Amino acid sequence: MRILLTYILSVLLQLTSITLVAQPVDINIEQLRSEIEQLKQDYDAKIKNLENRLAAAEQQVVNVSQSSQAVPVISEAPRSAQRSGNTGFNPAIGVIFEGFAWNFDNDAQGYEIPGFPLAGEAGPVSEGLSLGETEIDISANVDDKFTAWLTAPIVLEDGEPIIEIEEAWIETTALPGGTSLRFGRFFSEIGYLNSKHAHSWDFADQPLSYQVLLGNQYIDDGLQFRWLPPTDLYMELGGELLRGDRFPAGGASNTGVGGYSLFAKAGGDIGDSHSWLAGLSYLNTDSTDRPSGEEDDPLIFNGKTDLLIASLVWKWSPYGNWQQRNLILQTEYLYRSEEGNYTLPDERDLAYNTEQGGLYVQAVYQPFPRWRFGVRYDRLVTDALGPLFNDTPFATNGKDPERYSVMIDWSNSEFSRIRFQLTQDESVVGPDTQFGLQYIHSIGAHGGHSF
Amino acid sequence: MKKLILCLLLTGATGHVHADLNIFACEPEWAALADEIGGDKVDTYSATTALQDPHYIQARPSLISRVRRADIVICSGAQLEIGWLPLLLTKANNPKVQAGSTGHIFASDYVDKLQIPTNLDRSQGDVHPEGNPHVHTNPHNITIIASVLAQRMMQLDKQNSNLYQQGLDHFIQRWNDAIIKWEDRIKPLKGKKVISHHNSWPYLLRWLGMEEVANLESTPGIPPSVSYLSNLASQFSSGGADYIIRTPFQNAKSSQWLSERSGIPMLLLPLTIGGTEKANNLFSMFDDIIDRFVEITK
Repeated sequence: MRILLTYILSVLLQLTSITLVAQPVDINIEQLRSEIEQLKQDYDAKIKNLENRLAAAEQQVVNVSQSSQAVPVISEAPRSAQRSGNTGFNPAIGVIFEGFAWNFDNDAQGYEIPGFPLAGEAGPVSEGLSLGETEIDISANVDDKFTAWLTAPIVLEDGEPIIEIEEAWIETTALPGGTSLRFGRFFSEIGYLNSKHAHSWDFADQPLSYQVLLGNQYIDDGLQFRWLPPTDLYMELGGELLRGDRFPAGGASNTGVGGYSLFAKAGGDIGDSHSWLAGLSYLNTDSTDRPSGEEDDPLIFNGKTDLLIASLVWKWSPYGNWQQRNLILQTEYLYRSEEGNYTLPDERDLAYNTEQGGLYVQAVYQPFPRWRFGVRYDRLVTDALGPLFNDTPFATNGKDPERYSVMIDWSNSEFSRIRFQLTQDESVVGPDTQFGLQYIHSIGAHGGHSF
Repeated sequence: MKKLILCLLLTGATGHVHADLNIFACEPEWAALADEIGGDKVDTYSATTALQDPHYIQARPSLISRVRRADIVICSGAQLEIGWLPLLLTKANNPKVQAGSTGHIFASDYVDKLQIPTNLDRSQGDVHPEGNPHVHTNPHNITIIASVLAQRMMQLDKQNSNLYQQGLDHFIQRWNDAIIKWEDRIKPLKGKKVISHHNSWPYLLRWLGMEEVANLESTPGIPPSVSYLSNLASQFSSGGADYIIRTPFQNAKSSQWLSERSGIPMLLLPLTIGGTEKANNLFSMFDDIIDRFVEITK
């Protein structure tokens, strides 16, 4: 009986609200809402009243019949309870899983590129079966003026799991004139690939130029300023002040302001099917006792580094319907000049003044949903150093390092991807063929489709 | 070079000097609605076309520069644009259109949503926790959202608020007249059964009184597989469905394949403006949807 009554009243209530909503000419939405709320409260009160009377009547019946049966209780659905308390403000949380099965023809342990000592996170994928980064992303608006982002990968270091802070930044959302300020730890905005998280790369590893000249990716602590002029053409101008604690900087020189960067980007669409993005960036860092090469016997650099990156990305998709078919063409040229001196593991001090460059060109084509096919070419160039550098990691083997990669990946949904990659690496001593499988899976918050 | 930059800056800054409100719509239907209300006082831009799946859009540079200059961002919401709109808002440095501000509208926040899942699990595909986002395919929802949009336009551009009120009144009058005509024409369609490529149509089908009996995608967002299509073909070869419907950005091959094997006629419908040649505003979009159903039902 009570259920029937409640049902009829709620139907009535819905009908009333429908009729009200169906004639919105001149009606203020807020006013409408408050009227509905008022109606709802009236009905709620009436239902409550009837329920009380019914309960009282039933209680009387129970009392009269001396029955032991309890009065049935209708549970009220907690319509808004799930949003109450402090859990309603939980940030967006996503976890990205990554792992590899990789094979090398050569010995993967002693991987090195003659003439280009590696540093930072640079290097090939781990040999055999391995877990990559397990990345935890947490983000939310702080208030009406700030937003926050945390990327905390769990990585294995010498077999021990540790939580890193890869990114932890706050960004303004309310500065005027198309400007914003980001502070904390972040991927530097230089180049195109530098600020891309590993799970969004189109190949399992970074191009050689990023590995050698930027230590895979340049992340540092600091401040970032961006300005977007109010133009039809997309333009972005910005700069960063950086601590200078990570390769290609080192040792947080100049009392902890060891680097700065400047970047300019432009981009747009050509028709519905084509879009492009071009960028020019400059990074200047100072190094104090920056290590590179072998971890146990490092080369130590003191000096300054200038780095220039020119990038161009072109994307094509018929009528812009990305999901069905698309092509990405991407190229970057990195130029680095370093001046200072190296201390070798045998304690020799060598003055060092060298220009190096790196180029990669890649194409990734998705002919139909789920499947993508990619090719990439890498090349590095360097100045010849004097005879003093013979028998050091700076001596090249007489030719420019090159590498060719092909990949095929399959994505069941936006959240899962399995990739096969084959690389012919002619940057190392004795050409090496590397191939393997990689998986990238994400759960939780929906990731962004960044350009 | 300096001249070139200055020139670009000036064209950018003065390109829209005549419009008083810059409106960035995620989908063409909202751009069209803004045009109906605002007329020449608004400069509208749609981030997507009818030939693009609005879920799988990238945060392209051109979209960032549009959001940078927008006074209002109006989108379907309910996570339809979750892959790209948050990125655009972060990168565009425009406080006027951030979530929670007057210039930020999610149309689906203002209507009763259908298909709100009771169980959230990605094994069921790319489900939308807040319900189905394609709310504009029921014309009664358009009526509600028109009022919301007009209110915001009046708040943000007080000088022209009378014009926006008139624009709204005029639109609602014509819209209500159209609804009466449409609801007369759709009477014979009641009770028909539909197989759709993706569940883009619950609001339309509810309005038409039709029933959706299957999707070509076994789980939302996962492209139709041959084995699943074969199942559908055997299930529906002896009846049980009246139409197979899809919209231009959905691959035609799957519906053709099923249509050939099951004998169920297939229909191309404009999910939004520009989806068919005739669908060039909100009125002609519904005209064309109904025309296409009625024509095949005779």
